[in-house]
Amino acid sequence: MATMIENGVPQGLNADPMIPQLYRIDRVRDETDDTFTLSLVPENGEAKISFLPGQFNMLYVFGTGEVPISISGNPATTSVLEHTTRSVGIVTKAMGLLKPGDRIGVRGPFGSHWPLNEENGRDFVIISGGIGLAPLRPVLYYLMAQREKYRKIVLLYGARAPEDILFKKELERWRGKFDLEVQVTVDRAASGWRGNVGVVTPLVARAPFDPSNTVALLCGPEVMMRFAVMELQKRGVPHDRMYLSMERNMRCALGYCGHCQYGPGFVCKDGPVYRFDQIAFVFGKAEV
Amino acid sequence: MIHTLESVIREHPFFQDFPEKHLSFITGCAKNVQFPEKHFIFLEGDPADEFYFIRGGMVSIEMVIPHLGATTVQTVGEGEILGWSWVSPPYRWHFNAKTLKRTRALVFDAKCLRAKCEEDHDLGFEMLKRFASVITSRLDATRLQLLDIYGHND
Amino acid sequence: MTPKAPRFSNCLVLSPQQLDELLQVLTKQDYEVLGPTVREGAVVYDHVSSTKDLPAGWTDEQSGGKYRLKRREDNALFGFVVGAHSWKKFVFPPTMRLWQAHRSDGLFQIVPETRKATKFAFIGVRACELHALSIQDKVFLEGPYVDPVYKLHRENIFIVAVDCVQAGGTCFCTSMNTGPKATAGFDLALTEVLHEGRHHFIVRIGTRVGADLMSQVAHEEATPADVEVAENLVAEAAKHMGRSLDVSGIKELLYRNIEHVRWDQVADRCLSCSNCTMVCPTCFCSTVEDLTDLSGQQAERWRKWDSCFTTDFSYIHGSSVRSTPRSKYRQWMMHKLAYWIDQFGTSGCVGCGRCITWCPVGIDITEEARVIREGETLASTAG
Repeated sequence: MATMIENGVPQGLNADPMIPQLYRIDRVRDETDDTFTLSLVPENGEAKISFLPGQFNMLYVFGTGEVPISISGNPATTSVLEHTTRSVGIVTKAMGLLKPGDRIGVRGPFGSHWPLNEENGRDFVIISGGIGLAPLRPVLYYLMAQREKYRKIVLLYGARAPEDILFKKELERWRGKFDLEVQVTVDRAASGWRGNVGVVTPLVARAPFDPSNTVALLCGPEVMMRFAVMELQKRGVPHDRMYLSMERNMRCALGYCGHCQYGPGFVCKDGPVYRFDQIAFVFGKAEV
Repeated sequence: MIHTLESVIREHPFFQDFPEKHLSFITGCAKNVQFPEKHFIFLEGDPADEFYFIRGGMVSIEMVIPHLGATTVQTVGEGEILGWSWVSPPYRWHFNAKTLKRTRALVFDAKCLRAKCEEDHDLGFEMLKRFASVITSRLDATRLQLLDIYGHND
Repeated sequence: MTPKAPRFSNCLVLSPQQLDELLQVLTKQDYEVLGPTVREGAVVYDHVSSTKDLPAGWTDEQSGGKYRLKRREDNALFGFVVGAHSWKKFVFPPTMRLWQAHRSDGLFQIVPETRKATKFAFIGVRACELHALSIQDKVFLEGPYVDPVYKLHRENIFIVAVDCVQAGGTCFCTSMNTGPKATAGFDLALTEVLHEGRHHFIVRIGTRVGADLMSQVAHEEATPADVEVAENLVAEAAKHMGRSLDVSGIKELLYRNIEHVRWDQVADRCLSCSNCTMVCPTCFCSTVEDLTDLSGQQAERWRKWDSCFTTDFSYIHGSSVRSTPRSKYRQWMMHKLAYWIDQFGTSGCVGCGRCITWCPVGIDITEEARVIREGETLASTAG
């Protein structure tokens, strides 16, 4: 996969990494009533988009602020950059009001990535909850594009309710077209829902993967990941084959503002994707 | 390969390390059963005289709530256990169990098992130990559901 | 005596008058000369134009939550240790505009700042502060991203270090291996000697730039006896540190004790006032603020010092990860003494004692570490 990144450090960046690059909104798609996907194209027509699944950008809305958002698009696409986010705070709410043609600032990509190149020949179990599916979607694109390199791929996805399920069409398409096992569950059912009701963790207990030869990728609320890790441990998946995407407050994404510190690391550069054994001793500890 | 009832029970994680001497009794309490889609396996208030190992399909645990109608609170799928109200008095189901698709299961005669557990406390303890862990997992999962972790937080 | 370019290995001697000439030479060479000066009852770092601006005849009395200046019996120019200011405020400004953005016709452009390199001359940098600068260098210059403003300011600093010939009441540089003698990172290092009626400075040369500067100022060569007197003064200071910190295995010690009951005990005292982070010479946390004017067409992004003790420092998804004083104090201290080692390869603490002196309730990092070390057998509060 072609990338312009060495060690996660983008090349060709301005001398000042706090200055955003200018992008234009190409499309806005509402995924659910509070989640939307922005498709962005660089104002500099020659710039090529390049990122590794798991990385994030800092997105700047003029005069309002900047927030870290995971990249949710297809890593093979170099002309459009996609970000899926929930509208939860001042900046994301302002972002939700942007229209095609509007300008937005982008800094990045930053952070560590999911271990895809190194894990050929294994089963993949992808455990996601809520908006956590967004940083994992690039993984699914990547895996589907080279399906023959991997054995079983299982996606377990928990959402609040059926209307909160993200990327429904794509999930259906992958389930139908490729050898991808998709199990979706909701915390609360709506009438007419004929699928699983309950949290993702019981699905982990039963999912068809070989614990001795599996890589687990987790992204979602921390409490969900905690319980999912316990289920994976029960099934014998070793700590160095579990990967979690962590989130913390970020201001600079460059490793100096200090806000994203998580134990001995910075989520912006040691994460957001962590191999579990690297964080096992602080993971789940209250207020670390 | 034919899976005998005994081999299915013996290999089920629930019965891991179960004492040999009780296994044939347990097998005697069990039989295969199939349900079509949208079938009520039991209804709230019915006597709780069985429990089930779900071998395939999906069962919805639901309540009928005024204004909302039948609401699924959890689903139970392949490999999971359905029903623990048989363990303690008054031995009545608290929820409806309705299949969401064709479902295969092993059904255990809990009335017979209860009587035997009263006689043989070793057997009783082995069963209760295992059911306690089923209930704990279900409780953990329910608590997580309650936390509404994907909810809107401000 | 005609000054000629001195050899690195020789120690030189400056009189107070000659030191003043050195400051004049620096000023003439367009250096912004900064050094300690007395203002409002404390020693602060600010512009100094001559030795008259230095805190001659002053010393400081420091202990937990206490700082007072007192008159000395002699006229030492550097007879104190460190005050609330540290040198970081010159290379890592407390507030700084990062860029501006202008919007017209619905689209915005970003206007970067034009920055000029300033030539700073820091006079009177203590050994612990030299270490603090090199620690901040690792953060801002040696990570995957370089802070261009820090780099710009840092490259041109002329440093005149000063050995400490008395230890402060809250000092523990010897425990952290950062003093009291300046060993690296300076252009010139002075040891102030007031001995048997004489008052002079023994000068060690650290760099070619330092040597060049000395060649422009009248000076003498130091005699071995002079040097010995100076060295003894510094060695004496090393024996009288106000505090001490056992750093053996401290990272592992703190990692083992993330849930120690001591964190609850110190939390009862900590006000989360963030003084410690403001005065600490290595703390580097900052925040970013995006502002607009009333028209909504001009925006600016500013960087400001921040502290891990502020309420929303760790705010995410509707609440702060660390909202209690317990977790904030633990974060600060574990970062300083433990996490920093994993992040940057050194301790984050230089033993300057500022956090002890300037804490309004006198919380003492050395005491906290000692209690945890001694009480490892105390029941932890982990539930």
